[in-house]
Parts: sequence; structure tokens; C-alpha cells
Amino acid sequence: MLCKLAFKSELRQGLYNFIIDCPEMAKAAKPGQFVHVLCGGSAYLRRPISICDAVNDRFVRFIFEVRGKGTAELAKAQPEQLLDVLGPLGNGFEVPEELSGEAVLIGGGIGIFPLLMLAKKLPQKPLVMLGFRDKQSAVMIREFSNAAKEVFVASDDGSIGHKGFVTDMLKSKIASGAKIDKIYTCGPVPMMKIVADTAKENNIECMVSMEERMGCGVGACVTCTCTMTDGSRRRVCKDGPVFNGAEVDFDG
Amino acid sequence: MADLRVNIAGVEWSNPVTTASGTFGFGREYAEYFDLSNLGAVCLKALSAKPRLGNRSPRIAEVNDGILNSVGLQNPGAQHFIDNELEWLRQFDTKIIANLCGSTVEDYVEVAEILGDKVDMFELNISCPNVKEGGMAFGTDPKMIEDITSRVKAASKVPLIVKLSPNVTDITEMAKAAEAGGADAVSLINTLLGMKIDIKTRKPVLYNNMGGLSGPAVMPVAVRMVYQVRRAVKLPIIGMGGIATGEDAIEFLLAGADAVAVGTAGIVDPYAWIKVRSGINDYLDRNGYNSVKDIVGKVDING
Repeated sequence: MLCKLAFKSELRQGLYNFIIDCPEMAKAAKPGQFVHVLCGGSAYLRRPISICDAVNDRFVRFIFEVRGKGTAELAKAQPEQLLDVLGPLGNGFEVPEELSGEAVLIGGGIGIFPLLMLAKKLPQKPLVMLGFRDKQSAVMIREFSNAAKEVFVASDDGSIGHKGFVTDMLKSKIASGAKIDKIYTCGPVPMMKIVADTAKENNIECMVSMEERMGCGVGACVTCTCTMTDGSRRRVCKDGPVFNGAEVDFDG
Repeated sequence: MADLRVNIAGVEWSNPVTTASGTFGFGREYAEYFDLSNLGAVCLKALSAKPRLGNRSPRIAEVNDGILNSVGLQNPGAQHFIDNELEWLRQFDTKIIANLCGSTVEDYVEVAEILGDKVDMFELNISCPNVKEGGMAFGTDPKMIEDITSRVKAASKVPLIVKLSPNVTDITEMAKAAEAGGADAVSLINTLLGMKIDIKTRKPVLYNNMGGLSGPAVMPVAVRMVYQVRRAVKLPIIGMGGIATGEDAIEFLLAGADAVAVGTAGIVDPYAWIKVRSGINDYLDRNGYNSVKDIVGKVDING
């Protein structure tokens, strides 16, 4: 579907915030789903980018970092330009009608973005834990603050927030006796593995958002699979990208 | 509107466009985008006698004007397909082609027996570059092609298409071997074995290191091979390899293909199949042809 790029900004160098005008997608979008964007230039395949937010039943917002030729080409798009976008695709985060304890959202790096829409849709404001490389790469903390009960920040070098892993904060929150009902996470695989393991050890339900090199985005080409603990391989685009953390074999 | 009907080994297709196996699943995903009755046939993801897990990810790598894949024939098995997919597919007015894969000749025969006459045609996949046993190992040796074709043909209740690998020195020898083995048609080309290296990590992008190249990058190779095979055998030909538009498909028809398959283009654009079908019709109308059959093999060769 062709959608007009309504707004574009650069959150920090190489990190782009796009808002596209597409009422049908905005109405249908659920937290954790993604759009599949044709970038133009010599990038042959589409690029899957998670939905950061859907606004006023009209706009879909997504944020991407320039990592290769596709994202570099997409970054050149100008407002009013039409973008070829498929979506919303995939199974997003399950949003419960009520929570019996805290919901904890843990994001690392550019994995934090799909958690914003989730934070807004949950029946109560969640605890949000964000991990960044350093202060320069830290973004969106203010927006998360508006949607969260509390925001905790960690960075690898300690230049902002807690020095160390964002997962340390989850462990100390659990150790403090907080009653946590659900954990949702998106970010680097090593981080999500620790989150999923921690959740499992404490009998907390955990949803993880997986990423893999993708083809069609709709489930037909079966290239973007991840391995499950039962040994099966499931499609990240169609069966996921969000899976039950206890069912994913992060080393598979 | 030109007459788009074609007859492939006795099976009447409403138009010459089908799907390339492995790019279309069992049809469910793209049925959300268009009515599958618009296709002459749907060629489904490869089926083996027992479920296959496929290879580890990454299974796809982008290259210039195409992709490499190393899926490795992941599928739920032929019986699962019959129990869960076939009845749903039959609601569409299109022919169903099952793509058969296996590790041994007996495996292929077993899939053919499980499927019986429940589908309209078989496509013998002896050209997949992504599995250690079977696959391409069968499809690059004329003796083995003739042998496996005759064995599977003997077990087949529906017309048998043999899908040829381009990873050979002389594709015509392979086509002749399929014909000698009793094939009812041939399809070509499967993917070309390729490799993509990430220079930052100095590692291949695919977990499997190598994979099959498809997309616009392979089209001139595919057109050339269809042309050569047309002159070597009398069998109907389903041409494929990089087709993304009606114009691309016309090249294959002129080279000698009776029908065409679209695959990788659909991975980028879910409407590629429909666009190719319309594009073929537009070319025929524009140039005053009444039937798609009028242009098959009509390339005007120099000299």
C-alpha cells in the first residue's frame, strides 16, 4: 500500500522517526506488530520495522536506525513522498484486560521502540526499563515517562542511569519483592535470553519480540525462522515476531 | 482480451502463470492479497514424506537484484498437507501442483504415493541446492535424472514435471534425461548456487554459508536455458527465474516456455503474480495476438 510520509525527524544521528499517513493501518495496528517497507534505490527486499505507535486512527509511527543500504535509502525519503508499505504484519504483544501485578517492559537499544505503544495500551502504567550503549544513544526517555509508572535507565558505560545491564534492574526489582505479573521485552538476543531465563526462574509470563533476516514478511517464504525449545522452527514474521519467551531456544 | 489458456501435459490452465515452489507457501498467506483463482496453477512449497525442519537462520541474504536463500525444504510433510491444506485450496479455480522432495529415490516415490491423485500435477524437485542429500545431487547427473524420473513417474497418478537445476554445464542433457525418463513436462530454472559475505564480520550472511540465488539477477541465464531446452526436447516447458513483470514473462514465452512461474518477485510485491498475468495479456492485445500460444518459441534468432 502506498502511504504518504507525513512527518520525518532525526532523533539522533542516524536514527530516524517516520510518521506515515495510513488510516487503515493505524486502526488495525497492535503493539509489537511491524511494517514491511520498500526502501527504494538498490535495496531489493523490504525492511521490517516495528511499529512504535499508532496515532489518532490515522498515523503510524516507526523509528529505524541506518544500518545498511536499505535503511540509508529510506532515510532519504522526504515528507509528502509516497512509501510502499505492507502492514501491520505479525503477531504483536498480548495485551491483557487486567493485570494482577506490575507489567515490566524491558528494551535494549533500538528494541525499545515497539514498547512505547505497548506501554500506552496496557490496562495500567508499566515499569519500563531501558538499556542503552551510552548517554548519546539514549532516546525517548521522556515519552516513556509519560506512559510509564516509573522508568529505569541503564547504560553500558554508566554515562546515563545505572552502569551495567538493563537486566540487572529486573533482577533487583524481583529481589525487592515486587509483584510482577508480566514481562515484555525487545532488544538484543543476549539481553532477551537473560530476561526470559529470569522470568522463567521466577514463574513470570514473558513475551519476547524476535528479529531475523526476513523475506516476504507474510509467512510464505519461510526464511525468517527461529528455533523453539521443542525443536521446531517457526516463522518470525507470521507466527511472531512476539513469542512466549519460555518457548524460544535463543541458542537454536 | 487474448485467450490466455494453456495446456501443460494434458492439464488445462486458465492462464500461463503459476507460482515458483517455495515462495508461495501453500497459498494461504497470499490469498489475503488476491483471489488465487487468478492463477493458472499454484505450485506449492516442497513436500517430503516426513516433516523437515530446514536449516538454521539466517536463511536469506539480499544481493544485487536478488536474494540468496537456504531454507532447506522446511515443510510439515505430505500427509499434514493433505489433512490441513488441500481442502481449503480446492475452493479456488486453479490447478494444484505439488513439489516433491526427498533424500532418496524411495522418499520421492513415497511422497508421490501419499499424494496419489489428490493434486493436479507433480513437480519433481531434484534441483534444490540447500540440502545435503537428494535435491541437487540428483539433478546434475543425467543418469540419475533419468532413473529418478522413471521411478517417480511409475508411482505417479498425475502428470510429472521435472524441475531442472541450472548448476550444470549443459542444461539440454538434463532435459533430455528427464524426457527419456518419462517426464511429462520440465520446469526451469531452480536457483543458482551462490554466496554472500558480510565484510564487517568476514562471515557468510547465510548460516548455511551458501544458498540459492534468485530474482532479476538470474533472468538472462534462465531465458537462455529455456531457449536451449526448447530446441532439445518436445516437452512442455514452465519457465522461471527472475520474472517480475509481464514483459519479463513474454521473454520466456518467446524463448519457448509454454507457461511461466513467478517467485522471488512476490516476496517483494504480493501482487507480482497478478501484475505478470495482466502484463502478458496487455502485450498480446497490444501486438494483435489472439492467444498466448501464438508467441511461444517465436523468438526471431539472428543469423
